[in-house]
Amino acid sequence: MTDSKLLSVEDLHVTYNTPTGLVRAVSGVSFELGREKLGIVGESGSGKSQTGRAILGLTATGGTVSASRLEFKGTNLLNASERTMRQIRGGGISMIMQDPKYSLNPVMTVGYQIEEALLVHNRTSKRVARERTYEMLRAVKIREPERVYRAYPHEVSGGMGQRIMIAMMMIPEPDIIIADEPTSALDVTVQLQVLAVLDDMISERGMGLIFISHDLNLIASFCDRILIMYDGRVVEECSAAELDQAQHPYTQGLVNCLPRLDGGQDELPVLKRDPSWLTTPGATR
Amino acid sequence: MSTEATLRGWLLAEIPKSKWQARCQRVFIGWLDFKRNPIAMIGLLIIVGLVTVAALAPWITTSNGLELHLADRLKPPSSEHWFGTDELGRDIFDRIIWGSRITLYIVALVTIIVVPIGLLIGTVAGYMGGWVDTVLMRLTDIFLAFPRLILAMALVAVLGRGLENAVLAIALTTWSPFARIARAEALTIRNSEFILAAQMQGISTVGILARHVTPLCMSSVIVRLTLDMAGIILTAAGLGFLGLGAQPPTPEWGAMISLGRQYLIDQWWVPTIPGIAILVVSLGFNLLGDGLRDVFDPKSGN
Amino acid sequence: MIDIRGLDVVFGHGKNVFHAVRDVSLSVEKGQSFGLVGESGSGKTTVLRALAGILERVARVSGEMTVADETLLRHRSQSFRRRVQMVFQDPFGSLHPRHTVDTILSEPARVHKLDRIEERVVQALEEVGLDASFRFRYPHQISGGQRQRVSVARALITGPEIILLDEPTSALDVSVQAEVLNLLMRLKREHGLTYVLVSHNLAVVAHMCESLSVMQNGAVVETMSVQQLREHSSTMPYTQQLLTASLGYDRTAIDAFEEFG
Repeated sequence: MTDSKLLSVEDLHVTYNTPTGLVRAVSGVSFELGREKLGIVGESGSGKSQTGRAILGLTATGGTVSASRLEFKGTNLLNASERTMRQIRGGGISMIMQDPKYSLNPVMTVGYQIEEALLVHNRTSKRVARERTYEMLRAVKIREPERVYRAYPHEVSGGMGQRIMIAMMMIPEPDIIIADEPTSALDVTVQLQVLAVLDDMISERGMGLIFISHDLNLIASFCDRILIMYDGRVVEECSAAELDQAQHPYTQGLVNCLPRLDGGQDELPVLKRDPSWLTTPGATR
Repeated sequence: MSTEATLRGWLLAEIPKSKWQARCQRVFIGWLDFKRNPIAMIGLLIIVGLVTVAALAPWITTSNGLELHLADRLKPPSSEHWFGTDELGRDIFDRIIWGSRITLYIVALVTIIVVPIGLLIGTVAGYMGGWVDTVLMRLTDIFLAFPRLILAMALVAVLGRGLENAVLAIALTTWSPFARIARAEALTIRNSEFILAAQMQGISTVGILARHVTPLCMSSVIVRLTLDMAGIILTAAGLGFLGLGAQPPTPEWGAMISLGRQYLIDQWWVPTIPGIAILVVSLGFNLLGDGLRDVFDPKSGN
Repeated sequence: MIDIRGLDVVFGHGKNVFHAVRDVSLSVEKGQSFGLVGESGSGKTTVLRALAGILERVARVSGEMTVADETLLRHRSQSFRRRVQMVFQDPFGSLHPRHTVDTILSEPARVHKLDRIEERVVQALEEVGLDASFRFRYPHQISGGQRQRVSVARALITGPEIILLDEPTSALDVSVQAEVLNLLMRLKREHGLTYVLVSHNLAVVAHMCESLSVMQNGAVVETMSVQQLREHSSTMPYTQQLLTASLGYDRTAIDAFEEFG
């Protein structure tokens, strides 16, 4: 673990006021992120996506975010002005979302969108921006950057769309990337190829990555450290290599209920939800 | 426990015990949603008001609004004649009340003709696709192209004047957009997995159209109908104004404006009051339609 | 039990012709679980739907298909529709949003003119682990896992012999997936069912099936037993790559990935 902590989150809460009562999407999540790959795993309703959004101040209207500490490289994100947040979004912390079909603007060319991402955070000439865009497209292993530059999002495949998202999010050179199910909509081989691109870029630039997913196997093989979330809290924190020595029964249950290729199981052990998980404070190392 | 409390309990019960109860619960929840919109409630109030007034007409009015009292013609509003009298001495208040029945008659007749035709053609076209779709849509286009008033005049020339013929003309020119809406919904739905599941069960095309496709088209059609209703009433009024719709002495509001327009300057109440009635009812339908659309909108979690 | 020979499925006309399935043949024994694995666009779902007989309106299907000694014609018989059922991928999309669970379950029984419909509905719900209180709920009132159970219950109502499963757990949380897979295994044992399971997840197929076919670009790449899959004794590079990718992220292995065109 490096000394320089890029992000510090302490006791993060995200609550929504709904007609049917108070919904606690995130209840007391704490963690730190250095120049490493941190995975956040959880099922639906665990609050993992909400955590990612809260960091960037992108919580939906109606939601309240509170924390005793939410710091990015010394800047307090909780009371930062909207102007500061806009600089941080993209320039400091970037977010890659699940489906490029919905996160890329369908009426703008790919090149335009990537350039825009750059120009918002750097003042350079259009020519330089275009060059940097080509460079970036090449860096994400797109073979014909000129053609893709002129293409529209619906003209490219899913895997390429996701690589374009990565290019767009990397070009302003952020320190942290938050990836929310970035490859769930892709085939398994393409998924891994896209992650390889992400992996290389993150190590080259010494960035931090928060990888949010429901796929435990993928996170365990891709990330350095893992947080397991359940019902808005972190129930376990461990290094990826030590996942099989997990302490918390939820983690164990999650690992055990996955069907395995080298299986030979007749019945998958079913996860029995223990209500005490909701009240005991989360584990930290 | 009062009956109201038990009814409410039944409507909010966790576990519905019958299909009827489940359906009532859904309607009730929709109603609670609808109630939250004050503007929509105003619309509903107006329409309920219209229906009530039409139903209670024999008891609210003092005359049948048809007899002439030439001695009392063109009297301004007073305690005896709340809305004054028209050029033939008839009490305008009474005529407005009786006219509300005619307005409702127009609304009901148009609905009965337009909704089934639109749904049938639209769902069949959207679901079947291919040449069936093409033929039905061209048919729809043909009717869409007809300007209402021209068609009304043509029909009247053939069939003779009268309210029913005017309504028929309106209906024939109004069903097309509903067919389009139903078709658009059917197109969206037809590749859904629940439709595939129905096909998997061997349900006939008719069965699928009736029980699976049509129910999902209903909300869009109903919303569109309420929003169009204002236009339909105005068109009927317009036809009445041109003398093509309801014939004198029928107290149809449009006809009342037509006959009263020469008195606009000095006896403003004669054409203006029926005009206000039309305005209020049209507004009522518009507001109701807006409210219904907000309730039916899937984004707000139907 | 199921025999498919030379299946071809073509979508579209003229210039926009798309061969979704090319010359696919496979065979499933009675009481067996057969897996169809592939990535998106491989044609696996299309094969299943062609077998189910729900593609006639949108595609041109050719080839021979036999189910339980009945040659399948363009229009499926009533008895086919009773004996062969299907569970779809999207738990929300496969249930009509305006129908209660009771309506959804009683419809197949009504179509096939079965008796004691109410009894059958309650029994089917019990078999999938849902109690009778679910009968009059709407799909949006129940969870994804429960909806998928209702889907399975619907497939059981007519007392079928074969159930076609199109990615039945892909849209579910991992813990719910385990429950549904266990349910499917139990039902298969109890009713002596034959399954054809389509999935992109090799682990699920390995767990549920005895043999499988790997598909790519509309054609069958390889057919093998799950045992052979586990022993990595595949001869086709595509299968091997798929297998490697299924094991998780391995940076060096990814460099060796080829594009199979």
